[in-house]
Order: sequence, then structure tokens, then C-alpha cells
Amino acid sequence: MLKLKGCVIENGKFSLRADFAVETGASVAIIGPSGAGKSTLLEAIAGFRDLKQGKIFWDGDLISNRAPGKRPLAMLFQDGNLFPHLTVEQNIALGLRPNGRLTVDERSQVQTALDRVALPGLGDRKPAELSGGQQSRVALARVLVQRRQMLLLDEPFAALGPALKAEMLDLVAGLLAETGTTLLMVSHDPQDARRITGQTVLVSNEQAHPPAPTRDLLDNPPPSLRDYLG
Amino acid sequence: MAGRAQPVSPWPGVGAAALVAALILGTLAAVALRADTAGGLGPADWAALRFTLVQAVLSALLSVGLAIPVARALARRRFSGRSALIALLGAPFILPVIVAILGLLQVFGRAGWISDFLGLFGLPPLRIYGLHGVVLAHVFFNLPLATRLILQAWQEIPAERFRLAAQLGCDGFAMFRLIELPMLRRILPSVLAVIFAICLTSFAVALTLGGGPRATTLELAIYQSFTYDFDLGRAALLSAVQLALTAAAAMAALKFSRGDGFGAGLDRAIQRWDGGAPAIDACWIGLAAAFLLLPLAAVAISGLSGLLEMPALVFRAAVISVLVATASTIVLLMLALPMAMAVATGRHGIVELSGILGLAASPLVIGTGLFILIRPIANPVTLALPVTALVNAVMALPFALRILVPAARDVVARHGRLALSLDMDKKTFFSRVLLPRMRPQIRFATGLSAALSMGDLGVIALFADPQIATLPLQIYRLMGAYQMQAAAGAALLLLLLSMGAFWLLDRGGRLHAET
Repeated sequence: MLKLKGCVIENGKFSLRADFAVETGASVAIIGPSGAGKSTLLEAIAGFRDLKQGKIFWDGDLISNRAPGKRPLAMLFQDGNLFPHLTVEQNIALGLRPNGRLTVDERSQVQTALDRVALPGLGDRKPAELSGGQQSRVALARVLVQRRQMLLLDEPFAALGPALKAEMLDLVAGLLAETGTTLLMVSHDPQDARRITGQTVLVSNEQAHPPAPTRDLLDNPPPSLRDYLG
Repeated sequence: MAGRAQPVSPWPGVGAAALVAALILGTLAAVALRADTAGGLGPADWAALRFTLVQAVLSALLSVGLAIPVARALARRRFSGRSALIALLGAPFILPVIVAILGLLQVFGRAGWISDFLGLFGLPPLRIYGLHGVVLAHVFFNLPLATRLILQAWQEIPAERFRLAAQLGCDGFAMFRLIELPMLRRILPSVLAVIFAICLTSFAVALTLGGGPRATTLELAIYQSFTYDFDLGRAALLSAVQLALTAAAAMAALKFSRGDGFGAGLDRAIQRWDGGAPAIDACWIGLAAAFLLLPLAAVAISGLSGLLEMPALVFRAAVISVLVATASTIVLLMLALPMAMAVATGRHGIVELSGILGLAASPLVIGTGLFILIRPIANPVTLALPVTALVNAVMALPFALRILVPAARDVVARHGRLALSLDMDKKTFFSRVLLPRMRPQIRFATGLSAALSMGDLGVIALFADPQIATLPLQIYRLMGAYQMQAAAGAALLLLLLSMGAFWLLDRGGRLHAET
């Protein structure tokens, strides 16, 4: 279980309060007006932003004092999820061993991950030789080999077309179901939230509200969300 | 963003910056303490100060004044060879000064091409020594720089502005007043300040084309009080004056500077609709190209015949120059790369300070200080080559930082979070991400540094004894001995070495570079 206890996150002028818990294995969308602090919240959980106050726990362990790479989570950013000068295989391998060479067994894990995201045989390509959708698949393959307990998505598929984005989200949903990973996903699009997440955290008025069932929230939006949804 | 994790460590860079700052400030302190202030500045010293200022002002005004029409012509016209010509405008930066001077003598000198031509009509030959020679050489070096800087600003004007102005029916002059004049007003102070600062500290030009009571710069006066009078107190006093001058000029240049330099995308011509006279533009471009190319052609032509007459000394000096340039480049990389990484993580204070110090201090001032510091411990002459390599590295540092810092910042900003989230350690990030991503900039900086060091005629002139010389110093000595043929051959060799080193380090790597 992910628990944010009395957290205050500062980002320039505004500060964001967050005090809620997310059950293990849950899929949670984070929605709210732009500039409300959705990405800020994810960055704080991932360790890229210091907490002004409060603590973050995972299964009872304090994680908010750990470096980003030492937290039990993988994160995909809006862009820059692959190193452009490394091959697909090398990029995925970094998820297993960020600082060294792979063993034979780990090499086969990379191949398995490539098969799982339906990119067999493309291991030698550079990211620039792949389409946007294929690049997203490579990043997901790396997330797969990382085997972290949480996955944070900061709109990594925003640049893809609607059909491709839906395809990626379905792929993510499938991977999550297999591994029991907890998902936190920033989204601009309420349809994304409906598509794969059961719960939604609304970020508005400098506050990240506790998760509520996505369907209820979108069907009966509170005023701040209603303004945003239009 | 205090306390945030970073994919690279700032501390080696902070250490390197502190080292550079300590070196520069230490030598400056040595100069200040040793300065003989009892006598104050004599008439000759005042004359040197005045000449330094006059030639720098004239050089800056002429360079920039001529660069404006050339840049405008280049911005308006498209022709084959345009990008080659613009690339050529970058060449004087790494062209050894002594080589250019030999070329200028061949064209503008007493026995040069133009004097020969004038002689056909019974006119007296040109005289190149003195103020006009110094200014001529400075314009040769800085006209291309000014042209590039101004051209870059010209190219940065959005094409839509010209389209809008054309659609409103502006003619050439109206368009100039509406769009181009405001741009010039914004950019010219910084270009003038940069060139003024460069001309304040140029030593080799004054050494070869100046001299005498009426054409001695401060740098040259420092050198002379060293080598002729061995008056360390006076050398230190002059160094202190020079330091105050260059520090003020560097501050002014930085204040005006816009934080960019070696611009990309210069080979793009913006479409224009205001016509203008193509003949005038062609004339400016042709004159500028001839002014740049003729001296280089002269060196190549006379150098070819001189290659066979070069004494063995020249080859010895060439080997020494290659070694000094190699050492200097290695030192530069060991300083600049960590410093760029430190800036990329947000620690700019000390790095920027040492960068400013590097711009403000002139090689001869640092050389004087090092001489004073070393003398109680060892014979400075025996350390001539290591000192030269070190000073060359420090002099190239501001340029290297300008090339490396934006790239390092970009790599850390773009890939830092991913590396951190993958738990990549700093060593791996450096070797697997930073180095591969920064390879083009690192190659450019090393090429620049090697070429600059190869062609440098500065601090080596202070320290060297007659037994030892780098190639530029050897050329100067051959000129002094009126062995012009051998000097021309050696100059061609130096030209090939400098440009070759730059090409090998910068371009050579791109032949099989990964994208």
C-alpha cells in the first residue's frame, strides 16, 4: 500500500497538500486542471521533488528519504524515456542492470520482454529508427524487466494518436494484471481514466484529494472538476 | 533545487574551477605584490596604455563597421560556395597569428604584392609596420568574427517579419529601419566589446607589426621589460595596469553578451523580397573573401617553396608544438568537462567566476605572475613548455566552456531523471550517457583547444631560452633573422598542423559518428 502522510510539496509559487493511501494493485488516475500539480505529485512520489513536510510509505517502509532509483517504482515521463544513442536491447537492459553487463539469463529476460510488447527482432535498432508507438513499447518492456511494485505514468503516450494511445493503455492494463503492479497515471483525458483505472485522485485547489471511484467522480463531478471537464 | 539528487557529481568541476581561480588569482597576486609602484607610470608606459586603447578602439570600429555590409550581403544572397565562405569566416579563430602575419606581409608589406603593383606606376611601397599594420591584422582576425556574430543575429530575425514587411510594401531602406536597425542596435555593443577586449590582449600582432615608442602595446611593453631589461617590477606594474584594463573590458563584454556564440544554422539564407542591388552585395562579399583568402594563399604559395629550405630546428620545434598542444588539450578537457558538468547540475557560481577570470587575464600577465612565483623554487626557463601548455589550456577554457556547458546542461536535463529512476550510478551515467551524447561538442572543444595551443605565440616568448622553441616562436625567430623563405615554409607547416589538428579532432570523428 502506498501512503502519503501529511505531505506538502512546493513547486515555485504553489504548494500541494496530499494525504491519502492507494491499495496495492489498484489503478489510479490523477486528473485535474492543468497547472494544478498532477505532475508535481508524481515527481514527489518518484523522488524528483523534495517534500516540504510529510512522509511517503510503501507497505509500511518509509521511502520518501530514498533516492529516486531506490524506490519501489518505475516511472515513464512525457518524453525522453529512452536513451537515443543506445539500442533497444541496451535500453531495456538498463532496467535490469543500470551499471553493468547482463548475464545470459538476463539477456533472455530482455528478449522475453521484447516478445511481450510485440517487438521481437527489433533489439538492435536505435530509438530513432522506431515509430512513436514502438518507442513506447520499448519503454514498457523496460518497465517490465524492472519488476517494480509501482508504475507511475506522467502522460508518456500524450504524443500518440488516439487509437495508438488506447492500444498502449490496453497493453499497460494487461501488463499490470499479470504482475499485480500498482498504477498511478496522470491524465488529461477522462476517457483514459475510465478506460483502465478504477479510482481517480483529483488534484485541484492546491490539494490532491483521496482516490474516489473513477465512474462516480466523472459522472458526478465536484465544481472544480466540472469547470475543467466543461 | 537544493538537496535534489543529480546524475552527475558537481564536486570535481567545482574543484577544477577553484584550481583555475587559484592559479589566476595567485599569479595576479604575485604580480600585484611585485609591482614596482615607486616610480609610477613613466611617459613610455602612458604611451603604451594610450596606444593599446587607440588600436583596440580603431580595430573594433573598423571590424564591426566593415562586417555590417558583409553580413547583410551574406544574409540576403544565396550563391554556391556561400556555406563554404561562412565556414571560412570561422577559420581565423584557429589560424595561428604568426601565419596570418606572414600572409599579410606578403600581400600588404613593403615587398608585398600590392607594393609591387604600386611600383609599376612609380608609386612608393606600402608601409605596414606601426599603428595601421596592427589595426590591419586585427581587422583581418576580427572582421570574420564580427561578420559571423552579426550574421547570426540577422538569421535569427524570424522570416515572418520580412514577409510581413514585404506585404506592407516596405522597400529596402524602410525594411532596414523597421527590422534590421533595431537588431543591430541590440547586437552591436556586445560585438564591439568582444572585439575591443580581444584586441587589448593580442600580443603576437603587436610583437611583429608594432614596436618602437609609437606602436607599443601594454602586452608588448611587459614582454620588453622582461626580455630586454629584465625589470620584473616594471613588468609587474604594467601587468597590473593591463589587468585592470582587460578586466573592465571583459566585464563590459559579458554585460553586453547574449550568452551565445558559435551559432548553428548559419548556412540558412532567409528569403527576402526587398531586392536591393545584387552588385553591391557581391562587391562586399568579394572584397571580404579576397581580404581573407589572399594572405592565406600567399602563405601557401611562398611556403611551398620554403618547405625545402627549412632548417632542422623547424622540425624540432614542430614536434615540441605538437607535444605542447597535446598536453594543453588534455589539461583543458580535465578542467572543462567537470566544470561543464558542475554548471549542468546548477552550481554555476565558482565556475562562472573562473570563466570570467580566464577572459580577463591575459597570457602575458599570467606568464609574468608564474615567472615570479616559480623563480624562487626553480629556473622558470626549464619549465617553459609545461607552463605554456597550462596557460594555453586556461586561455582556451572560456571558449571550451561555452561549447560544453549548453550540451552538458541539455544532457542532464533530458536524461538525468531517467538515469536516476533507473538507479544508474554517476560513473555509468558519465561513461554511457554523458560522454556519448556530448561527443560532438567535446570533439569541437578539443579541436579548438589543440589548434589554439598549436598556434599560440604568447607566454612561450617570455619563458623560452634560445635552445627551445615552439613552432610559432621559431617562425618569429626566423623572421627576425630575415630568413623569410624558411619562415614561410615553417608557417605553412604550422598552418597544416593547426588546421589538421582541428580537423582530426573535430571533423575526423564525425566520419563514423553515431547520430
